[in-house]
Amino acid sequence: MRKLKRQLCAGPYIVWIIGFTVLPILMILYYAFTTPDNRFTMENILSIAEPIHFKALLLSLRLALECTVLCLLLSYPLAMILNGLKIKKQSFIVFIFVLPMWMNFMLRILAWQMLLSNNGIINSILQTFGFSGISILNTPAAVVFGMVYDFLPFMILPIYNSLVRIRTEVIEAARDLGANDIIVFFRIILPLTMSGVISGIIMVFVPALTSFVISDLLGGGKVLLIGNVIEQSFMQGMNWNLGSGLSIVLMVFVIASMAFMNSHTKETEGTAVW
Amino acid sequence: MGKKLIELQHIHKSYNGTQILDDFNIYFNENKFLTLLGPSGCGKTTTLRLIGGFEKPDSGQILFDGRDITMLPPNERKVNTVFQKYALFTHMTIAENIAFGLKISKKSKAYINDKIKYALKLVNLDGFENRSVDSLSGGQQQRIAIARAIVNEPKVLLLDEPLGALDLKLRQDMQYELIRLKNELGITFIYVTHDQEEALTMSDTIAVMNQGYIQQIGTPEDIYNEPCNAFVADFIGDSNIIDGIMLEDKLVSILGVRHACEDTGFGHNQPVDVVIRPEDIELVEPAEGFLEGDITSVIFKGVHYEIEVLANGFEWLVHTTRFFPVGAHVGLQVIPFNIQIMHKPESSDERAVESDA
Repeated sequence: MRKLKRQLCAGPYIVWIIGFTVLPILMILYYAFTTPDNRFTMENILSIAEPIHFKALLLSLRLALECTVLCLLLSYPLAMILNGLKIKKQSFIVFIFVLPMWMNFMLRILAWQMLLSNNGIINSILQTFGFSGISILNTPAAVVFGMVYDFLPFMILPIYNSLVRIRTEVIEAARDLGANDIIVFFRIILPLTMSGVISGIIMVFVPALTSFVISDLLGGGKVLLIGNVIEQSFMQGMNWNLGSGLSIVLMVFVIASMAFMNSHTKETEGTAVW
Repeated sequence: MGKKLIELQHIHKSYNGTQILDDFNIYFNENKFLTLLGPSGCGKTTTLRLIGGFEKPDSGQILFDGRDITMLPPNERKVNTVFQKYALFTHMTIAENIAFGLKISKKSKAYINDKIKYALKLVNLDGFENRSVDSLSGGQQQRIAIARAIVNEPKVLLLDEPLGALDLKLRQDMQYELIRLKNELGITFIYVTHDQEEALTMSDTIAVMNQGYIQQIGTPEDIYNEPCNAFVADFIGDSNIIDGIMLEDKLVSILGVRHACEDTGFGHNQPVDVVIRPEDIELVEPAEGFLEGDITSVIFKGVHYEIEVLANGFEWLVHTTRFFPVGAHVGLQVIPFNIQIMHKPESSDERAVESDA
């Protein structure tokens, strides 16, 4: 009787999961494998091989990879510096980094569109100092820039968290056993923060791979990512079957990349994020 | 006596304006087991961290084998440390933990494997090579920490309250293991603890510290039998510390009663501290003692009874194997040899700790 009651408590969540996760996925699967007149087909899936779609997928993978690498290179030293500061300063700086996440990200990307435009603030500042302006807007570089800007906190926080968990005695023990700074970093600190690095990579790579708003706003329609292709087939082409098919392909890539990363972490330091 | 291996000269050290060590001097002889004993905050761990290289003194010098190592980083010192909370590398196997220092010094694979086997045997954990750190108990982790330190053949092993987290039985077992290790390895041990029993059991020499000053250095017997001030007397074992007046050589007045003692050279009519160990007091018939009083409490402690006797306004602590009922009227007897006379404390660090923890 009590067990039943407890199970009933899970009801709302089950309804939520069915209504907002399971059913939508089933619907996408249905659309992906059917034609508009409800006949079975593989065409929607196979259309990823079409040059324009395939190129978009490759570009998405490339930009997501670039974004992830840049985030990692920026975040790790930053997290190390942060971890070395006094506790009070640490929480303040973490707060500063998290602060932008409280604002709508569309607004922030729109702001960058203004800042980066050919007549934007950045170029006018450059020109006052006698430099020739840069035309970065509407290039892949601008899209990567926007992604890095947007996803950086998702890389910093898990790395910082795993750094904080390393006890000073462990570092001291390594030093005591003859390790210099380089050995301490590669044999102790890096391995012990791997779980943070992995979750950071997943939390940056996956949204970067699937994003379409950033490429829309900072790419100016000239940078076509797989996300844009899917969006267009839903919103403009009204071809839900094609959009679903491409979504399924993208989903396979996302799951594959997560599984790949996961197989490279040891079980010892699991994180809940993935 | 062996030769001086490590010497600390005129060390000053403070944290955030709080002075921890003030003109601190000590030396450590080769192949001896020296314990730094004292309450928390007395500077013993700071001293150890200075020797390990994890802290730099504000001023003063640290000599190792006659060479100045004050500014040398930990990885360039020929000492290894066993940390309080083990500090094992959780992302490595036991074998990898032990091999860590040897790999850095680029020893051959065969040598490393031999050393791992030898060290595991030494700490009675043969066959644990491929276990993970998390699968070990606290006592086993501590043994691995010791093994990881000694494979590097340090000249000095520093131990920072290594048994603090273990339960009583395990702690006693580990004490014997450490004595055995010290005898087998023939290296210098510098041991930090606040546990007087641990210090008395294992050490060749004990340095009792309080508030950054060394109160007394000596063999365990010296420290226990001839404490030089009230702090040492109180910190090492239980003591009755009574105000007394040294009337003349070999005669002291305790609570107004004259009693023979063996100390000389305190002058005439000098106020002193009189220390009498609880096990040195005998309970006798009222008329036979130098003081008589009533028993106010009796606690059974296993090996002995802990009895409190109110006599001449002082609560005397007595350890005896004989049972006496509460309320009994008894006499207190002590032989002159067991009465220790000490100068009154000159500074706060020499005073007995108020709370008897």
